[in-house]
Amino acid sequence: MLRQPSGILWRGAPETDLAAPRQVNVVPAAPAALKKETMASTPVPELRSKIVALELDGDGAHPAAWRRASHLPGALLGGGRIRETAQAAEIAGFHLATFRDSRVLDAGSTGIAGRIDAVQRAAFAAPLTRSLGLVPEVGTLFTEPFHVATQLASLDYSSHGRAGWLVSAANEPAEARSVGRQALAEADVLAEAADVVEAGRRLWDSWEDGAVIRDAATGRYLDRDKLHYADFEGERFSVKGPSIIPRPLQGQLVVFAPAGLIPAVEADVALAAAGTVDGLAAAAAAAAAAGTPRTLVELDVVLDSRGQPAAERLAELDAFERWQGGARYAGSAAGLVELLVELFRAADGVRLHPAVLDIDLPELAAQVLPELRRAGVAAPRPGTTLRETFGLPRPANRYAVA
Amino acid sequence: MSTHHRPAGNGQIQFGVFFQGVNHTTVWKTPESGSQTDFESFRRVAQTAERGLFSAFFLGEGLRLREHLGRIHDLDVAGRPDAQTALAALAAVTTNIGLVATQNTTYNDPADLAHRLASLDLLSGGRAAWNIVTTDNAWTGANFRRGGFLKHEDRYIRAEAFVQTAKAIWDSWADGAIAGSRDAGRWLADGSAAPVRRKDASFDVEITGRLPRSSQQHPVLFQAGDSADGRDFAVRNADVIFSRHAELEDAKKFREDIVARTLKAGRPADDVKIFPGQEFILGATEAEAEEKHQWVREQQVGPETAIAYLEQFWGRTLNEYDPDGPLPETDPIVDVTNPTRGNAFHGASAKELAAQWRAEAKDKGQSIRQFVAARSRLNGRGLVGSYDGIADKLAEYAHAGAVDGFNITPWIVPGGLDEIVNELVPRLQDRGVYRTEYEGTNLRENLGLRAPLTRRASLNSGRNGAGLTESQNVA
Repeated sequence: MLRQPSGILWRGAPETDLAAPRQVNVVPAAPAALKKETMASTPVPELRSKIVALELDGDGAHPAAWRRASHLPGALLGGGRIRETAQAAEIAGFHLATFRDSRVLDAGSTGIAGRIDAVQRAAFAAPLTRSLGLVPEVGTLFTEPFHVATQLASLDYSSHGRAGWLVSAANEPAEARSVGRQALAEADVLAEAADVVEAGRRLWDSWEDGAVIRDAATGRYLDRDKLHYADFEGERFSVKGPSIIPRPLQGQLVVFAPAGLIPAVEADVALAAAGTVDGLAAAAAAAAAAGTPRTLVELDVVLDSRGQPAAERLAELDAFERWQGGARYAGSAAGLVELLVELFRAADGVRLHPAVLDIDLPELAAQVLPELRRAGVAAPRPGTTLRETFGLPRPANRYAVA
Repeated sequence: MSTHHRPAGNGQIQFGVFFQGVNHTTVWKTPESGSQTDFESFRRVAQTAERGLFSAFFLGEGLRLREHLGRIHDLDVAGRPDAQTALAALAAVTTNIGLVATQNTTYNDPADLAHRLASLDLLSGGRAAWNIVTTDNAWTGANFRRGGFLKHEDRYIRAEAFVQTAKAIWDSWADGAIAGSRDAGRWLADGSAAPVRRKDASFDVEITGRLPRSSQQHPVLFQAGDSADGRDFAVRNADVIFSRHAELEDAKKFREDIVARTLKAGRPADDVKIFPGQEFILGATEAEAEEKHQWVREQQVGPETAIAYLEQFWGRTLNEYDPDGPLPETDPIVDVTNPTRGNAFHGASAKELAAQWRAEAKDKGQSIRQFVAARSRLNGRGLVGSYDGIADKLAEYAHAGAVDGFNITPWIVPGGLDEIVNELVPRLQDRGVYRTEYEGTNLRENLGLRAPLTRRASLNSGRNGAGLTESQNVA
């Protein structure tokens, strides 16, 4: 259980300042036969808390993070490390963790080259946590859409409704070769990613809620009228359906995507990135204007720690290998709190990429998250499911007859 | 072939549990029957099995919902999680039990499946296993990019190429590939991850493994094919056979056949373990067990299920027939039987089959329901008896070396193992045929398996890191 700092009551964010409610116009992209009207006409409710997300891959976002980890390199790739970091993130008060993934060996870097499958890392963390959203990165171009959809739906069951999907569309020739295919023409990448997400969403809806009826009187376990073929026909693949697992507990998982990767209508949360901190507000505004219901900004973080200034820590790490990254904050915890409060005027939340988990996560836990709670911008456990955390309604099923 | 030598068993019996998820044998109409999708059901079964020192927890897989006469089959338990995703979560709440995922070689890519199995193996501390299955139909392929289908006879060709590729991926990192200290030049030593290239009738791929091996080296391989091709595939590739041969005499014959094939494949006689699938129906007394047996069978094959079972062979609706009456006198309307998609049997001449079945049911005085109940038993009657009676019987299996263990299919979830763990396991331990603690720290050790033959570059081989060394560990 998360506890608020003693003596301080959660007083709720002044919503008008921080999260002006928006009406989102959603254009149905699916054939007219599919019922998307309910989704399109549902206004997105207000956000009860700004969202603070944490990227939990490896030993941190900096390629030299492993040199400052509290364990030996060989101890990274196992369950123990996931237990440790996921529980630390939850106790710190983060609303969700993302798990970066890559389907090719990154042999060019001096950094961590091996990764346990992201869906499995998230699944392993599921029974070890109670409130943390679990959002693995899963690629779209060279994966099987049917497997991706059922794996993610399964994660939603294992986590009791805390699962999301961070959509990626890496168009790596090496990944294509690994499955006997070729990289896509760049012009086809966005359409393919959107197709895979759409197929996944249809599969999640292919079992209506309550399709498992267990009617002893008639001997029927299923109500077959509540099962539907997805019948997705894309440019490069088709999926018949229905899914092999009932509808996810959240109805639809929360779908995250880098802003602009998939049509705004297909994503629930856009990740807005910029080269510098100054560019983040504009990036968030653009993502929101495109119509994605929620927007998080991406921020790399290095904090002063153990008497060492952030800039010095960064210089030491960069001496091993330079951190490419994106918009970056390096400095004191108090300065980060100020920056986040400022960014929250433009975005629904932030995804933090700490340089070194074992150093920056304790600082965030001790000095940043408590201050965000105190400032009334980040509530502990704003929702039971990840959708609720984002203030997103449980969507109607596109196949259900109203 | 000589079969006079002592068979391969070690005088012990182990247990696995198969959480089926899709079938007609899980009783779902009673209040004790829990959810088939809630994670707590899986947690309870896995943790109960671990309390009973089971070797393995199994999950099945079917990549398309079953259909019946062109519509979704609605009478049986259906809808289950992706096997490896569920097992990864279970890995966090168990410590010793093996985690076995049924995964298909037809509708997966080796690069993806091998990586995910390696992931489960590392997460669980060396407890992952893969139950290798194949599919040949375009109907299932309609859910996948690959689409289409394999010719029936090509299933095992692709499966074998797949398994070889998976093993090569698991071996692609040299021992000592990961930096030994935080001061090393690189996290992954230069040149320590060798790409796997494969070009044959099934694959044209180049894959570089993305993970090191676990403490058990490779995930353990299970296989269930029962045809001659399936058995030969198993003795060439698998560590454990999930067999259908559970009755004692049948099990002994099957063991003899597998031992002969194993030796012929150039492996030691005890290199392939055998775990028949089996249902256990227990009671404090024989009479209680028998009564429960009758009840379970009635629950499993209700009137609708009995009729639906025949319909899939007759190719038409038969709802005008009385489930408690004789088999239909009318002939099937199809030439070749077309059972519920996802079942393994097809291709028999429908009319011949119907005639044969009518005669058989008449001989035995069976109604439709009784006939179907008997017919749909995969492994005979199941192990039905008192705690002591079944313990004695299992000791007999152990002493005969007929099997290495049983893969138990509970007829109810999630409480289906409680009686087995609370009543049967202690009696087996008293008889000296069941472990009193886990022997090893990973699945391979707990199953008594040898380390897999691996062929990989070894940075410690003193050959400048580039040479391939053959390393075989024969215990």
